[in-house]
Amino acid sequence: MAHAIDTAHDAHDAQPAAGIKRWLFATNHKDIGTMYLVFSLIMFFVGGSMAMVIRAELFEPGLQFVDPGFFNEMTTMHALVMIFGAVMPAFVGLANWMIPLQVGAPDMALPRMNNFSFWLLPFAFTLLLSTLFVPGGAPAGGWTMYPPLVLQFGDSFPMLIFAVHLMGVSSIMGAINVIVTILNMRAPGMTLLKMPLFVWTWLITAYLLIAVMPVLAGAVTMLLTDHFFHTSFFNAAGGGDPLMFEHIFWFFGHPEVYIMILPAFGIISEIIPTFSRKPLFGATSMIYATASIAFLSFIVWGHHMFVDGMPLSAEMFFMLSTMLIAVPTGVKVFNWTATMWRGSLSFEPPMLFALGFLFMFTIGGFSGVMLAMVPADFQYNQTYFVVAHFHYVLVPGAVFAIMGAVYYWIPKWTGHMYNMTLAKTHFWLSTIFVNVLFFPQHFLGLAGMPRRIPDYAVQFTDWNMVSSIGGFGFGLSQILFAIAIIQCVRGGRKASAMVWNDAAPTGLEWTIPSPAPYHSFTTAPEVH
Amino acid sequence: MAHTHAPNADHYYVPHSSPWPIYGSVTLFTVMAGAISTLNGWLPVWSLLPGFVMLAGLFIFWFGTVIEESEAGRYNMAVDRSFRMGMMWFIFSEVMFFAAFFGALFYARSLVMPWLSGEGTKMLTNVLLWGNYHGTWPTNGPAALGPRADGTYETVPALGLPALNTAILLTSGITITIAHHALLRGYRRRLAIFLAATFLLGFTFVVLQATEYHEAYTRLGLQLGTGIYGSTFFMLTGFHGLHVTVGAIMLVVIWVRVMKGHFTPERHFAFEAVAWYWHFVDVVWLGLFIFVYWL
Repeated sequence: MAHAIDTAHDAHDAQPAAGIKRWLFATNHKDIGTMYLVFSLIMFFVGGSMAMVIRAELFEPGLQFVDPGFFNEMTTMHALVMIFGAVMPAFVGLANWMIPLQVGAPDMALPRMNNFSFWLLPFAFTLLLSTLFVPGGAPAGGWTMYPPLVLQFGDSFPMLIFAVHLMGVSSIMGAINVIVTILNMRAPGMTLLKMPLFVWTWLITAYLLIAVMPVLAGAVTMLLTDHFFHTSFFNAAGGGDPLMFEHIFWFFGHPEVYIMILPAFGIISEIIPTFSRKPLFGATSMIYATASIAFLSFIVWGHHMFVDGMPLSAEMFFMLSTMLIAVPTGVKVFNWTATMWRGSLSFEPPMLFALGFLFMFTIGGFSGVMLAMVPADFQYNQTYFVVAHFHYVLVPGAVFAIMGAVYYWIPKWTGHMYNMTLAKTHFWLSTIFVNVLFFPQHFLGLAGMPRRIPDYAVQFTDWNMVSSIGGFGFGLSQILFAIAIIQCVRGGRKASAMVWNDAAPTGLEWTIPSPAPYHSFTTAPEVH
Repeated sequence: MAHTHAPNADHYYVPHSSPWPIYGSVTLFTVMAGAISTLNGWLPVWSLLPGFVMLAGLFIFWFGTVIEESEAGRYNMAVDRSFRMGMMWFIFSEVMFFAAFFGALFYARSLVMPWLSGEGTKMLTNVLLWGNYHGTWPTNGPAALGPRADGTYETVPALGLPALNTAILLTSGITITIAHHALLRGYRRRLAIFLAATFLLGFTFVVLQATEYHEAYTRLGLQLGTGIYGSTFFMLTGFHGLHVTVGAIMLVVIWVRVMKGHFTPERHFAFEAVAWYWHFVDVVWLGLFIFVYWL
């Protein structure tokens, strides 16, 4: 069956609508993908400035710039903004742009719902960020919203709950769209095992999203009714249990972690083969590894709450199931390495970011295995070691993959090459500073510095200063990223259809011109 | 934009622009702003009204557009398949939403009860904090929360209204199946009658459920605030009742479309989507009947 779009014969429909209507009333996957990516970049800077406040306060012991309450608001909001505002929308934006191009579809399967999922986000974040200005201030109990602390917030409480609801609705609709596009809109001949890895990882990610975002919605709804309607879900006096929130939350929360990393795996699996000039080593095993990680993500949530009170048998189960995840993850890391083995490597910016990912994500993975051990976790829990761990997997992990993806595909989007020197400078500064920023936090954590506290004992001063300098450096380096993108949108050397000519990347997205025409694959390509 | 498109089986329909998504986002924001204002006491309860009026408009306008496009023959089989898959995954997300509340119910029953009662290592907590509380399900907790001063309450017996409601919902599952078969064979009259029977059974269920709630609140001392039993009871049956109401309204819309001559034996996605939704609501009720009322 050939796909083509109904409007293709109307000449004026082949062009985008004029002015703001193009964006407000959008149905085109490229326009919507662009909006997601721009939104994500803005949120990256908003969340980043909160991190700068945190690092400024922690530069020296004692209280310098902000009061402890505001410091707690910053840690909480930084997490919520970065997770739901920066990382997740960036992946959805990439999915919007690339999945139809990679499977040979004319657009996403449900174009109007696509725009609905995007436009919920600016409203959700308006709601969330405006909590900074209401009586009682923004949520300050951590992004995990544990009761009973979260129930004691002021006017921000229902705003937080409803903002999370809006984000959840947006994510679920976005995920349904991705799954349906992948399952229903593939070009003839594109069997499931022929799909690019980015498409595969997103298929599995979308499944995780649909499975766990409603559980988060349920959990925060219980918080809402406990606060306003006298229910006792998390109140032991009424037969409930505050610990139950942690179980429900982390049943969402752990798959959520993989929601933020599986698409990154897909991106790395696209970039490394291209710049190694070799097909991906063990492509099918990559798919099975991704699916195994997704399955395991549902049965490991307890490792987030080892010290919170659990039967010993449960602790053992969660410890062992968590360690099992190292196996499929190891498969991936070895496959990427094997792909480069005897390849003809070149080091364009996307490849640099992919290599940075490979090394530094693995560091984060190793510290994850350390944290998985129950007795060791009793020591590490609630220290900066945990902060170092998840920032290693999220920043030089997920965020580096996103940046690599942007540098890999942006010539396809804009039709221009970007300034390679600028991009490489961005990579090297980011890589140096991200390690200066997060590596010392391992030492601080092992030495016992607690997280989420604005002040600390004097012996932690040196490494905190180093970490803060890394933080400011990393933050400033991201301005180069914005400049590179803006320059690339406005002009630059023309990109060819294949963009990375001497690497000869494979995939349908490289068969269409750069920039990709407003409507692509209106007639489905044949895949052999 | 008024275009006349010839139905084309090869063309996947992509609307060129639509105001409803952004209108929908503004609507949901307005609903939530109203809810926040009410809960925080910034504005009286009428602040919910604009959002809900806009919400009704959203469904009428957006679904109206889709129905028009569908009747104009814009959707080929590929679009139809997208809609079907979309609906299935939506129902899966609903299943997971209910799973969170069922999870809370099972957790409270099989873990919190014994722990609060001092099982295992929890003996001292039980003695020092909860005064030798011995929990059995159903419970309103060690503090015996609830509206009555003596902390007592009664539960709704499974064999009264709930059993009748079970029979009603199961019957409605049969009537909608008969309606579906009638649609497939082109028996329009039978289709209309059994569809109407289905939503009438649905609304009857909702009315009986409301009666039961009234009874619980006024005579049984069973309220949202009656400890964990009241919480799980009202949240589970409440969200279910909301879904039945929405499903019944969807059935009415489908019925009106049937009366207007919509749907053919080959093409009737909307009918099937609502039927799936109805069966989903039915299955959730069986879980509720067994685990909330009966056991």
